[in-house]
Amino acid sequence: MAQRGAGDGLALRVIAPVMRVVEIPMIGLQRVLGINRLAWVFLLPNLLLFGLFAFLPVILNVAYATTGGANVLLEARPQIGLDNFERLLDCANHLDPNTCREDKFWRAVWNTLWFVTLQVGIMVGFSLLTAIVLNGKIRARGFFRSVFFFPVLLSPVVVALIWKWMLQRNGVLNAFLDWAGIGGYNWLVDANWAFAWSVFLSVWAHMGFYTLILLAGLQAIPRDVYEAATMDRASPWRVFRRITLPLLAPTMLVVLVLALIKGVQTFDEVYAFTGGGPGTATTFIIQYIYEEGFAGSPRLFGLSAAASLLVAAVLVVLTLVQLWVNRKNVNG
Amino acid sequence: MTFKAKTTTALAALIALGAGAASAQEIRFMCYSDGNECEVYDDVLTRFEADNPGVDVVVDVVPYQAILENLPVQLAAGSGPDMAKVTDLGGLAPYYLDLAPHVDRDYWEASFGDTLAWYRGAEGGDAINGMHSQLTITGAFVNATLFEQAGVEVPGSDATWEDWAEASRAVAEATQTPFPMAIDRTGHRFAGPAISYGAAIVAEDGTPTLSDEGFAAFTAQFVEWNNDGTMARDVWAGQGGATYQDAAQEFINGELVFYYSGSWQVGRMDEQVGDLFDWQVVGSPCGPAGACSGMPGGAGIVGFNATEHPEIVAAVIDFLAQEDIYAEVTARTRNLPAHLGVAEAGVEFEGASPAAAAALSAFAADLSDVAPSAFRYQGYANNRAMFGITAERVSQAIVGELSVEEAVARMATDLEAALADTQ
Repeated sequence: MAQRGAGDGLALRVIAPVMRVVEIPMIGLQRVLGINRLAWVFLLPNLLLFGLFAFLPVILNVAYATTGGANVLLEARPQIGLDNFERLLDCANHLDPNTCREDKFWRAVWNTLWFVTLQVGIMVGFSLLTAIVLNGKIRARGFFRSVFFFPVLLSPVVVALIWKWMLQRNGVLNAFLDWAGIGGYNWLVDANWAFAWSVFLSVWAHMGFYTLILLAGLQAIPRDVYEAATMDRASPWRVFRRITLPLLAPTMLVVLVLALIKGVQTFDEVYAFTGGGPGTATTFIIQYIYEEGFAGSPRLFGLSAAASLLVAAVLVVLTLVQLWVNRKNVNG
Repeated sequence: MTFKAKTTTALAALIALGAGAASAQEIRFMCYSDGNECEVYDDVLTRFEADNPGVDVVVDVVPYQAILENLPVQLAAGSGPDMAKVTDLGGLAPYYLDLAPHVDRDYWEASFGDTLAWYRGAEGGDAINGMHSQLTITGAFVNATLFEQAGVEVPGSDATWEDWAEASRAVAEATQTPFPMAIDRTGHRFAGPAISYGAAIVAEDGTPTLSDEGFAAFTAQFVEWNNDGTMARDVWAGQGGATYQDAAQEFINGELVFYYSGSWQVGRMDEQVGDLFDWQVVGSPCGPAGACSGMPGGAGIVGFNATEHPEIVAAVIDFLAQEDIYAEVTARTRNLPAHLGVAEAGVEFEGASPAAAAALSAFAADLSDVAPSAFRYQGYANNRAMFGITAERVSQAIVGELSVEEAVARMATDLEAALADTQ
């Protein structure tokens, strides 16, 4: 039986009278509403906040998506049904944005798909490698774990400015290349390089988070399985393939889905890094939504809302996958 | 003093303070600065406050981006300030407070002339919606020292864009300067040379176009110059969307021979170039269509019709519009005056170096070359949409996402869609 300390006694002496005061209206409410309905009283504050800040914006978003014009007030906007969705999806060939009515939307869609594929693939691969190394018996392990996690703590704008400072025409990298006699390059004015550096920057900024999750997953694998493999003289590669990977698979799947969701939502760091350029080379879907709704002229709130609903549909699918994976993990 | 007496005194003081606060009429003035404008307004408005006890004009200094992006949303939601310094002169017209019932119309019409029409937007009419506080004009800055070092003669006042391109390339090559030319990344700066190439942009009957022969000709020339190294590619290709980007830092660093920007950069050049090199303003080069036009523009101070104190807001703006106050602000902020009386009397710019004074005079002299279509474009209510479309599509042509023909065709359809959306 647990021992009660002097502090617990003091806390009880303070809390008990307060609880007795609170109890009086609760007993009254319970008599009026019944014990089952009383639960709603406790849930009400949270439901109100959730409704106000989550459900209401979703409803408003749907409402805006079916309206046109440039007026910000919903009641002053004409109803146009699904015209915004038609405008976004109107393409002769979806693979060629030039044939689309909203070519910038499709450029952003394809950029996002490419970005997510490359960024998630590279990031999960590097995170796994880093987690395996950091899980081993290396010197200054704590220090290296901190080093890899550090970029996650930085603000996205800071990340973007650091790398812009490194990569701009008169930046650190070009100064180094000039010093080495190789000669600099205008990285952020070349569409392919700007895209590649955006992927790199994003991997650098986020891989610490996924490394941490994978590290936790690695540490959850029972030691005795590895000891048995060592006794059986299994090679390190075989151990990795037959033990580590299968036992880490559920964690990997969670990491993959989380990274996919985060990848689709990429905006702030790349926007501050390249502004979406050169041209539209690094314009992703969230930037398109932001620019159509809030930065451009006229402000196309309806088109922006419609595009955000299309993105939301993709994210809902990815989230359902994540929930399904989690449930499967919990249920074994 | 007893405790009771102390309490009574404190309460009386509190009530007096409360009554004072309740009777004070607070006017919120949202202001952005190109240089020191908000600081100067804050200073001169203390005189207005002294003459009008109980009125407190609070100058809220905000970044320019807030004026462009946040203010329109605030106004649409009915939660904007009482007055502001704006640059989307015609676009915000539905929200402006008509000052006419509160000011001397004859004085305002005589002092601000045609600029009053810029604030009337698509509606037109005869309302007095704003005071043009700083007149700007686009034009070119050149690094005279680089020309001297290269032994290349600075082209004359009737030189064309091609002449300047050739001279700038020669200077850059001779002096190992990274960039011969640069134009700020905005549709506004692009419009001056486009008009000189024959673009109508806003026809006499008010019809807008971004796809006529003249506009297409300058687009093709500009794209070519960006791709052959004549123009600094960083400026237009280094950004996405319609984001504004200037090349002032490159010019100040001595990395640029010819920089096409505008009169609002004079203060910055004066302060930051110092005696690093000699610079001068050469106005706007000429184009094949015969025009040598820049774009007029600038900022103005407007009141908003949602204000609870329309008379006071009108009085504040009218105070700033008085010739002596306007002249003082112009001199202290080193801007070109839009007030005809002040312009006629001449302005002695406070603290301006000889180079800056000469530059401001050169810009002022260039005003006579501004084409009528440039004035129409500046006053056109949907010009912001056209500026954005130009920056986006021309950039796409520069980086090769679109051909020049495709970019021009896209500009036409974008403009059509934008006009339909604003109906």
